[in-house]
Amino acid sequence: MDSNDTRPDIIEMIGITKAFPGVVANDNINLNVKENEVLALLGENGAGKSTLMSILFGSYDADSGIIKIRGKEVEIKDPNAATALGIGMVHQHFKLIHNYTVAENIVLGYEPKKKFGLLDIAAAEKKVAQLSDQYGLKVNPKDKIEDITVGMQQRVEILKVLYRSADIIIFDEPTAVLTPQEIDELMLIIKRLKEEGKTIIIITHKLKEIKAVGERCTVLRRGKVVGTVNVADVSEEQLAEMMVGRAVKFEIEKNPPHFGDTVLSIEHISVKNTRGQMAVKDLSLDVRAGEIMGVAGVDGNGQSELLFGITGMSPLESGKILIHGKDVSKYTIRQRIEAGIGHIPEDRQKHGLVKEFTIAENIALKNYYKAPYTRNGCVLVQDAMVKKADDLIKAFDIRAGKGPFTLAGSMSGGNQQKMIIAREVDMGGDVLVIAQPTRGLGVGAIEYIRRRILSERAKGRAILLISFELDEIMNLCDRIATISKGTIVGLSNAGEITEQEIGIMMAGEKDKIAEETAK
Amino acid sequence: MSDSNTIKKQSGFTALLMRSDGAVSVVVVLLGFVFATLLVMLVGRNPAGIYKALLQVLTGFNLNNGKWNIRYVGDFLNYSVPFVLCGFSMAFAGRAGLFNIGGEGQYIIGMTVAQLVALTFPSVSVLHVVTAVLFATLAGAVWGGVVGYLKARFEVSEVVATIMLNYIALYLSRIITIAIPGTNTYKTVNFPETASLRIGFLSNLTNGSALNAGFFLMLVCVLIYWFALEKTNMGFGLRATGFNKEAARAAGIPVISSIVIAMAASGAYAGLGGGIVALGSFRYGRVISGMDNYGFTGIAVALVGNNTAVGTLFAGLLFGLLQAAQPIMQANNIPKEITFIIQGLVVVFISLKTGLRLFLQWNEKRRNNKIAEKASEGGR
Amino acid sequence: MNIILGMLPSVLMIVSPIMITAAGGMVSERSGVTNIALEGLMAIGAFSAAAAHVLMESSVPGSVWIALLIGAVVSMLFSVIHAYAAISLNADQTISGTGINLLANGITIFFSQILFSADRTRPYKIGMMPGLFGIYPTAIVAVSVMLIIWFMMYKLPFGLRLRACGEHPDAAASVGINVRGIRYFAVLLSGFLAGLAGGCLVLTETIQFTSNTINGTGFISLAAVSFGRWNPLGVSGASLLFGTAVAFAIYVVNIPALSNMLPAEFFNLLPYIITLLALVVFSGKNYAPAEDGKPYINGAS
Repeated sequence: MDSNDTRPDIIEMIGITKAFPGVVANDNINLNVKENEVLALLGENGAGKSTLMSILFGSYDADSGIIKIRGKEVEIKDPNAATALGIGMVHQHFKLIHNYTVAENIVLGYEPKKKFGLLDIAAAEKKVAQLSDQYGLKVNPKDKIEDITVGMQQRVEILKVLYRSADIIIFDEPTAVLTPQEIDELMLIIKRLKEEGKTIIIITHKLKEIKAVGERCTVLRRGKVVGTVNVADVSEEQLAEMMVGRAVKFEIEKNPPHFGDTVLSIEHISVKNTRGQMAVKDLSLDVRAGEIMGVAGVDGNGQSELLFGITGMSPLESGKILIHGKDVSKYTIRQRIEAGIGHIPEDRQKHGLVKEFTIAENIALKNYYKAPYTRNGCVLVQDAMVKKADDLIKAFDIRAGKGPFTLAGSMSGGNQQKMIIAREVDMGGDVLVIAQPTRGLGVGAIEYIRRRILSERAKGRAILLISFELDEIMNLCDRIATISKGTIVGLSNAGEITEQEIGIMMAGEKDKIAEETAK
Repeated sequence: MSDSNTIKKQSGFTALLMRSDGAVSVVVVLLGFVFATLLVMLVGRNPAGIYKALLQVLTGFNLNNGKWNIRYVGDFLNYSVPFVLCGFSMAFAGRAGLFNIGGEGQYIIGMTVAQLVALTFPSVSVLHVVTAVLFATLAGAVWGGVVGYLKARFEVSEVVATIMLNYIALYLSRIITIAIPGTNTYKTVNFPETASLRIGFLSNLTNGSALNAGFFLMLVCVLIYWFALEKTNMGFGLRATGFNKEAARAAGIPVISSIVIAMAASGAYAGLGGGIVALGSFRYGRVISGMDNYGFTGIAVALVGNNTAVGTLFAGLLFGLLQAAQPIMQANNIPKEITFIIQGLVVVFISLKTGLRLFLQWNEKRRNNKIAEKASEGGR
Repeated sequence: MNIILGMLPSVLMIVSPIMITAAGGMVSERSGVTNIALEGLMAIGAFSAAAAHVLMESSVPGSVWIALLIGAVVSMLFSVIHAYAAISLNADQTISGTGINLLANGITIFFSQILFSADRTRPYKIGMMPGLFGIYPTAIVAVSVMLIIWFMMYKLPFGLRLRACGEHPDAAASVGINVRGIRYFAVLLSGFLAGLAGGCLVLTETIQFTSNTINGTGFISLAAVSFGRWNPLGVSGASLLFGTAVAFAIYVVNIPALSNMLPAEFFNLLPYIITLLALVVFSGKNYAPAEDGKPYINGAS
């Protein structure tokens, strides 16, 4: 450790243990944070970082261990207590109320009052404007949350914390939903906050960002602390190895491309979202057999609605979708499945599986009504489902306690995803649309799933891959389309475009590319 | 002491409650009876009256005078029929993820149509009663299917829609029945013999009770319920929809028609119940002024029976027992409404099932943590 | 014109209980708890008020108002069951609400049997007296209740927090708001108001409590909350609409042209059909508080 660093510890977490049914999230963790430093908390999905910080913020109670703030032992039983101690948290999933204004969200719980206890919205808006200027976080107090961008929403979350005079600010996976440019802006904001005297803790699994702003980094793995390092002294590869426990291969070997004809043709489609607004506008895209077409973009630019339009879950307001030249735009969801469209959904719990069903029933979810699962047109043949599930469990190495009779809800996220992929692979079909396939999974599962996607590519399937992780897109895809505000703003071959250029397109500033490339 | 130093597995009873919905149902029913007994004692009546009445109705044996009369058993079984059928009505919808409290209205419509057919269709033996029952079932199906359509297509809450349809059914029934020639303010003329479900041999077997062919129809329906849901592909789709509508939809399962079918089937069961009561328990049509309440009780039946075939059957029999015992309870100085109170308590307790399990889980964890702490302290 | 003026007192008499119940239901749902038990709670309030009044009327002056208060309080105590089940134990709110309705059904007649040896309360000599122009004071109560609720929900910090609990309880909890506490308050308030409304109903519209007294009014109030888009102005309007339909059914005997043409039951049907049509045509699912009806599990985010 750096013996020249004389800053006192502002936070000490000693011997923290927290268990949930079936898993020990934090196992006797010791953590210290120095005053006015930027500490990164690194670990894979499920390593225990969020749990640890939730304990610090009072959302959870630790099973054992003590916490000291500024040298004094404290008990943090709820977020109010944490706030009183000067601790604030900027959550990964924003805790903002969509139909309230920016000002209302920021002052909620600490509302300024007029005579007789009336709510003083004018005072709230004034205070928000003042904080916004002081810290350089541009927002309009009167805007409704549902009308502003994700980057601005994050600034509202930060202002919430500053309004309550926090000295210690915890950022939970802050860059998951930002464009590359917004990420740069956030790094500047964090530096500015440090200049104003704040102590910052960043929870993340993004090595690049740790190198950008982190001073020290504590690495967690499977609930235990692996070590704490000075960021300047280590490389990304070393951090990754600490995080996972073994050397991590960043690149995956891809077969040489072997493209066939265009299989999936999306022509000028428009799709509405659940609030009735046009989320996809005049979007066109082609995918050839044996190719992976990536769609890069920030969450909320129409990706979900694009998928719903292709799979049939939302109707097309205009335009056509063609498979091998056949117009499937008016097909029902089942008809599209029969036409060969496979789907690995973004939200596996909501759209991918029925957690109260067994693996056997989930595997048959899309074709239970056909032979061999149905006899005489109406009677179920459960043995056939069980046998198929058995085969797939072995082929895909799905960890399932009771084999085909395991309830889907009892499996881990990684195994659930494997089950869904097994089903889609087994059903065959010429098209596969995939969204966020590796979200929330550990490194082992991520590697396995990416390899499976590549093997489907080798079989000649036309694959559309939508992901918010730019490195996933850059690594796996043959061509990359960028989506912004519901339409495709850029299309190029992989290897001919940089992350920066994609980032600019994501933010919707097409003209900037011309500027940049002209320089 | 050895047990405080080891992390014990959950005590047998708690483990049973966590695992088995059936065990929870039994406990809940018992709790309902306990509360009712306490309530009765609280208002100064003798609770033994409840249990004597129940025994009499279950076995025919009257503890007060030591005499047997099998007519009570026959009536008890007959009373169970609409409870079981309305229970299945609720259960079928429940398996598809829907809350059908319109059983009352579907029952009324079935009853009304059965009466109408009995009094206006030609008197052909066997065919007459079969048609009446069939039409009653279909009418119930339509009344239920409408709700399903409104829900599936317009996202109208089935909870409020079914309540409205219950009242609409009530008044519609009056309008229709009064319009039949020969009807006075509360009853119609007697049904022709060909429209009745009474069978000589059953009535004789049970010493003149109202037990009729409807009982066998009910048993057949239980089998149909089980088969349809567990063994057919339509049932598979319905169950998937019930557990996770969005995932079912994404998998291509036709959710809108599933919901309509489930509500129609649900309505059919209740409608059949109404038809059987009309043609089996009564010899004339009724101009109803209030609701029979089988539909609402069906809710409790399905909840206690946990929407399964066997469970709902037994729950229906239990409630039939309670209903049949009412007049005897009244004679034993216990207000008959005690049965409604038991039903209400049972429903409230069942709704706590999730909470109860969470509580037991938390309690178990707390105990295990304390034991673990002690163990680790001992080790240092 | 005369018909409308003639109908006004009856309309206001019938609209008032609907509006009071709907106001409570709206607050409960805005805080995130559906309250299907409004029907049963109204019945309990009506029964308690009727029983209290008939027992007190000869000896206690102002027994009508005391009876109303008793009805409201008893109903509020009952709503604790639903609150505890739904909020502390995360029960299925539809089931626990239905349970209360069934329970209310039984308990009211049970105690009628115990107290009056009959399936109904003993009729009282005089219920509530109408005031100016034949309009009952319950109309004033209804309007006051709605105004107070509007003020609380939109002008006080408490209202901002309550609405937050229904839209995004996680967000509210993360800023230290006691979501459970606020929801308890809302459910108990809805119980109090439903009981009050039940008392108003029985004391103005009839002479005793029977199992047919409430007859779906609680559910009509629930529909008014949904149709009125969960805000005070809309809910008031919806209550007015549905109440008018119910009043019309009773008043139509004074319009021989209509009452001779169609059977009485047709007019009984009207309010329910109108409610149903209103629900279908104006299904306002998108306006519901986002987390209405979903149990809030602490720390699950």
